[in-house]
Amino acid sequence: MPVDVTAPVAAPADALLPRPFRVVGKRRETSDTVTLELESLDGDGLPFASGQFTMIQAFGVGEVPISISGDPTQPDLLVHTIRDVGGATRALCAASPGDVLGVRGPYGRGWGVADARGGDVVVVAGGIGLAPLRGAVLEAVADRSGPGRVHVLHGARSADDVLFGRDLEAWAAEPGTEVAVIVDRADTSWPGRVGMVTELVRSAAYDASRTLALVCGPEVMMRYVATELTARGVPADRIRLSLERNMRCGVGLCGHCQLREYLLCVDGPVLSLDAVRPQLGTREL
Amino acid sequence: MPDAQTPLTNGAVSLDLRALQGLVDLLAEQGFSVLGPTIRAGAVVPGRITSLDDLPRGWGDTQEPGSYRLRRRDDDALFGYAADAISWKSVLFPSRELLWEGTRTGDGFSITPGTTDGSGPNSSGLGDPPYAVLGIRACDLHAVAIHDRVMQERDHPDVHYAARRRGAFLVTVSCSDPSGTCFCVSMGTGPRADSGYDLALTELLGEAVAEHTFLARPGSDRGAALLDRLRTRPAAETDVRAAEQVVERSTQRMGRTMDTTDIRTLLYDNADHPRWDDVADRCLSCGNCTMVCPTCFCTSAEDHTSLAGDRTEHWRVWDSCFTTDFSYLHGGSVRTSPKSRYRQWMTHKLASWIDQFGTSGCVGCGRCLTWCPVGIDITEEVAAIRADPQPPFGQGGDG
Amino acid sequence: MVEVRSLRELLAEHPFFAGLDEDTVGLLVGCAGNVHYRPGEYLFREGDPADRFFVVRRGRVALDVHAPGRAQMVVDTVDEGGVVGWSWLVPPYRWFFDARAMQQVSAVAVDASCLREKCEQDPALGYALMQRVAGVMYHRLQSARVRLLDLYGAGRAG
Repeated sequence: MPVDVTAPVAAPADALLPRPFRVVGKRRETSDTVTLELESLDGDGLPFASGQFTMIQAFGVGEVPISISGDPTQPDLLVHTIRDVGGATRALCAASPGDVLGVRGPYGRGWGVADARGGDVVVVAGGIGLAPLRGAVLEAVADRSGPGRVHVLHGARSADDVLFGRDLEAWAAEPGTEVAVIVDRADTSWPGRVGMVTELVRSAAYDASRTLALVCGPEVMMRYVATELTARGVPADRIRLSLERNMRCGVGLCGHCQLREYLLCVDGPVLSLDAVRPQLGTREL
Repeated sequence: MPDAQTPLTNGAVSLDLRALQGLVDLLAEQGFSVLGPTIRAGAVVPGRITSLDDLPRGWGDTQEPGSYRLRRRDDDALFGYAADAISWKSVLFPSRELLWEGTRTGDGFSITPGTTDGSGPNSSGLGDPPYAVLGIRACDLHAVAIHDRVMQERDHPDVHYAARRRGAFLVTVSCSDPSGTCFCVSMGTGPRADSGYDLALTELLGEAVAEHTFLARPGSDRGAALLDRLRTRPAAETDVRAAEQVVERSTQRMGRTMDTTDIRTLLYDNADHPRWDDVADRCLSCGNCTMVCPTCFCTSAEDHTSLAGDRTEHWRVWDSCFTTDFSYLHGGSVRTSPKSRYRQWMTHKLASWIDQFGTSGCVGCGRCLTWCPVGIDITEEVAAIRADPQPPFGQGGDG
Repeated sequence: MVEVRSLRELLAEHPFFAGLDEDTVGLLVGCAGNVHYRPGEYLFREGDPADRFFVVRRGRVALDVHAPGRAQMVVDTVDEGGVVGWSWLVPPYRWFFDARAMQQVSAVAVDASCLREKCEQDPALGYALMQRVAGVMYHRLQSARVRLLDLYGAGRAG
């Protein structure tokens, strides 16, 4: 049974109709990734929990699920970081301030950062996996009520692909927060580490017995990171992964996002390791 | 008003053919699009009816894995076939449905929701709701109940399904001549329905009765009210016993059985069983099973945009997990091999469905056996795995 | 205030040598020496004889490859607590990559031929070292293989 990681923030009743949102800001993050800032035309904003996603409609092109990368304490500004992988994401990445997109959501179960209960929070983000985790990091960094530390561990393909560089710097400057970045390969201008993100997990100083680990990235990477965390002694029900499958509706009706018995749009996308071990271990599931 | 009721006959009345026609007329009068089994293109399929003549009088069917044939009966049974070739799924859940239309405006775009009373553009070709269905089998009735849970008892229900379902009047007819692919008894879904209908009929003809008769029981207030307006007579005990015998005979004549003991664990634990490779050698990934299955519900969304790009229509359409596109993710598909797709369909239907919706997804109608071009039989596939379970490495017993 | 520590202390507290008994550490001390590099200096270059390995105490070391027409490429970094170099174990005992100090690097360099001889004489020592080197290789090889998959690459984000 999946751990109830958070009470999902419910979307409005007419959930299958898109709400119009206008692009009010656009920032290029990497060669193929942009961040869009959106405001609803009806002025109601979109309250969400970190880790949730919306279904975004590019008019006339199609609809895709995109994680929310914004700050949960600022629901009036809907922020999405989108990677161009063709189709609808290409149209979204080409959107300009002033354009209107259709949005449904928020959907899914989020990270449940509050479950850290004052212990260490270890955030492991591979590539664009940092986008769904950004809200969780903001929450963890802002919550200094307990003695635990926040460890932000980010792996990227190259120096040019490191995401949210300014945020990473700001987080590193916070007391109680450690930030480490590693890239797959670099040239001599990169002063940081080169290697796989699991190496950051191995060298981070967190208390495994009091850690909540939040992991997002390519599924292979998540499996190997889970192995590292487990080897250190983090219990499987304290390791949370954001899983991904094809989604067409986002509300549990179309059947596409199934991972065996889980519908990732309603039971996930965040699921704890103990709930999905057999599923992750089965090829082509 | 029925009188001389006994505990055996309690609530039951008998209809003759005239009264049955009266039922069809009354439903039409009340504004229903009346639907029933009809013969079209060599098969029994759902269609619109106005008269008993539209029903497949005197026709039965012979169904085996990979084979469907109509056959002439030696009597005039109106419902003498086993299960309709196509299920009744498309009545409440058409294969194409317009969800919304969008129009570009100076300020962005505006959305016009599609009609939510079920009468909007769709593919069913069966007229507008409300629908009255005459002749839905117990297995298909269970499929409707399953769809009620899948489409309605959710955080985000399907409003189009809900609208059609609200008004639907369902008249079930007990199965009297099950086919070689039927296994409703194993799945606990037939051959007689015990709930979920407005009226339940059992067709009686031959030696057991004086004339062609339908034993009728109401299953709802609407059903009872309708019965009261028809020319019926109280059911005789012989009618009731004859109906029991029809059901009993059907129960004994199931074409197949499926042992569903711990089937969830069985299929979950045997995800890498060599039998999946075996069935993959046979499966064509044609998806027929998903189309004829009365509980399959997967859909996709299509956007149809005008050439000028100023108008778009957002449609919901049936989809099948057998397509390679179904599980597309990041430049490739998760389930590329036919093996993984067959495993997905069967495991979902018989196992994951239980975790998701609390019941099996299979109603034992046998259509997936009949309409599989290579005759794959899921009862046989389950039995093969059960006979030689191979749990993952590190689990299970010795040897 | 610079704290002077003995070579024995430095070796004993380094993770790579954890679990070795005092006598064994003493043997290694006999083959070892302290080394320091400034940023940009090379610990060794591709093709040079692999005559020692380095146990990094402070700083970061890059494993580089140079090719005409391409910027010098870093394929791996080793931080404090890590070990650089195992080509000393495998004939022809030649370095495969360049190793460059990215920061101020302090390391203990262990003489390879001295160590190889001691391992020949004392197989138990040899086995203990092999286990540790195998552990380093295990993690490095996994890292390299997974990075080969280019999981973050375009069209293969997952």
